[in-house]
Amino acid sequence: MDNLIEIKDVTKLYIMGLEELYALKGVNVNIAKNEYVAIMGPSGSGKSTLMNIIGCLDTPTAGEYKLNGKNVNEMEDDELAEIRNKEIGFVFQTFNLLPRINALNNVELPLIYSGKSKDERIELAENALINVGLEDRMTHKPNELSGGQRQRVAIARALVNNPSIILADEPTGNLDTKTGDEIMNLFEELWSKGNTIIIVTHEEEIAQNAHRIIKIRDGLIADDYLSEKGKRIAEQNNMIKSTN
Amino acid sequence: MNFFSEIKENIVISYQAINSNKLRSLLATLGIVIGITAVTLMQTAIEGINLAFEKSIAAVGADVLYVQKFEWFGKEDWTFYKNRKELTMEQYDFLNKNSQTATVMAPSTGVTRTVKYQDLALQNVFILGTTYEYQEVSGFNMIEGRYFTQRESQGGYPVCVIGTDISDAFFENTDPIGKTIKLGNFNFTVIGVIEKQGSLLGLFSLDNRVIIPLERFFSLFGDKRGLTYNIKAADINNVEETKEEVRWIMRKARKVPYGQPDDFGVNAQEAFKSTYESLTGLIKIIGTMITGLSLIVGSIGIANIMFVSVKERTKEVGIRKALGARRSTILSQFLIESSMICLMGGFIGLLISFPISLIIDAFVLPTAMPLWIVVLSLFISLMFGILAGFFPAYTAAKMDPVDSLRYE
Ligand SMILES: Nc1ncnc2c1ncn2[C@@H]1O[C@H](COP(=O)(O)OP(=O)(O)OP(=O)(O)O)[C@@H](O)[C@H]1O
Ligand SMILES: [Mg+2]
Repeated sequence: MDNLIEIKDVTKLYIMGLEELYALKGVNVNIAKNEYVAIMGPSGSGKSTLMNIIGCLDTPTAGEYKLNGKNVNEMEDDELAEIRNKEIGFVFQTFNLLPRINALNNVELPLIYSGKSKDERIELAENALINVGLEDRMTHKPNELSGGQRQRVAIARALVNNPSIILADEPTGNLDTKTGDEIMNLFEELWSKGNTIIIVTHEEEIAQNAHRIIKIRDGLIADDYLSEKGKRIAEQNNMIKSTN
Repeated sequence: MNFFSEIKENIVISYQAINSNKLRSLLATLGIVIGITAVTLMQTAIEGINLAFEKSIAAVGADVLYVQKFEWFGKEDWTFYKNRKELTMEQYDFLNKNSQTATVMAPSTGVTRTVKYQDLALQNVFILGTTYEYQEVSGFNMIEGRYFTQRESQGGYPVCVIGTDISDAFFENTDPIGKTIKLGNFNFTVIGVIEKQGSLLGLFSLDNRVIIPLERFFSLFGDKRGLTYNIKAADINNVEETKEEVRWIMRKARKVPYGQPDDFGVNAQEAFKSTYESLTGLIKIIGTMITGLSLIVGSIGIANIMFVSVKERTKEVGIRKALGARRSTILSQFLIESSMICLMGGFIGLLISFPISLIIDAFVLPTAMPLWIVVLSLFISLMFGILAGFFPAYTAAKMDPVDSLRYE
């Protein structure tokens, strides 16, 4: 299988004064297209650091990161910006919507940076909001929306530019269980449409929505296995293969 | 991302940012408002004075030389001039005979007298004695009647032409031609009225004059007064050449020894101009320094606000970067914001200075606000906006996306 993400011996070092801290201590992981991965681990283990590197928001101190076969380490700042714009859709725990502008304009943002025309932007942003079930909230500002609705806007924004990877760092962390489940259903739907999804979560139930679970401890991969759901899907695939 | 659409989007973004911080932006731009108001007012005043000057200097004639006992705006000590002799008719004749480059010339002299018509009187009217050539030298037109002829001039006839001030004062409802007026104690017949000429620098009205034949003038008011030779140069582009020629003939006529300075002045409009320009130049320098200072202080204020604004919006910068904004996009976003704040200041400055310039125009000085002043003011504001916004915008552009996303 072709790997969308190839991470080899990646380390991340933070230096604070005299103190050196390795947030990642040599991580190796490959993720294929249309996988649905949950990253788990205790607080401070390096989950967000890894996500930021995958999302090209941050660069590794050492090691190699290839995205779609292209070496990210060697990229200039503008190329990274372009990858974030076109290939990556971010969903954050704290939503990270711009407070002054309405839902539609928030969803429009990635399209502005990819140079789409106003008409095209409006159309795509409206579609994205309709897809997350917010057709009647488009002109609301973030503070006029519930937490779940805000996260939907954020997901619409992450999807609007048709990225190859959705990265969600604790997307349900600020939501109650019911709203969290709704958001997870949305991810399930996205996955079934062919998106690659990586989420960070603390919660076992949330993680069970994914098909593969990667556990991180102390900046190292401690475990990497298929979830119950993942096993079922793998079995189905095998059955299809063997019947062929 | 296309450069123009990027600018367009950033203008929208900046507008939203300024709009949600109206009062702060307004206060920040106050220094620019003051600076632009000052620079605009100064320019409109200088422009207005320039126009007025050009208009009032026109009567002096750009192609006319005035040979006189003294130079205009002479720079030497008074003792240098005190022994000079008056210009005489003999010297005039010598000059007139020998000059090649002058088209026409006329000697003149003057005196002020009370002028009367029936029981009306005007005091301090300038009586100019000159010859029939004077009209051609000065280039004025008659609105009524005619100027005096060579015969009247040389024969010293008691005829006169009058300025519009006098004609208005004496002959409001009657035809001035043929009427007899008294210059001092002497009767003259009005044969013409000169068109309105305005005043010289707003001081000396050229319409409050009576012109009479020089011969008559000598016999009535005496011939000991110094003369002015009014000379029209053949070529307006070569006044300098005529001036040099006149100088050398005059030195000969007045027997100035070789190596000695001239003991007379060959004056031209030019002298007014250069004196005037050195004066307005000084005003300009001082004004520019003052406005420059207030613009600099103003832009420091803007820079300060922009730093605050960038700091406040660290998270926003992080979000935008996470969504694909490049450094240059962030840079231009904040540059455009500060430019817009400054442009707003410039615009307010213009809105303030325009009515003030009208008030000044009505009560103090003539002013004019041509389009280039408006454009220049806005351009200066824009420049200061970019200058003030550069470092804050650069800080924003350089921010690390992860750090700025984590910023609370
Ligand atoms: N900018 C930074 N400077 C210094 N240390 C940092 C920085 N960012 C992260 N770290 C450290 O790196 C380690 C990993 O951080 P990271 O944010 O990846 O943890 P996490 O697994 O996402 O934790 P959590 O579940 O609490 O979000 C932590 O010990 C953290 O203190
Ligand atoms: Mg984290």
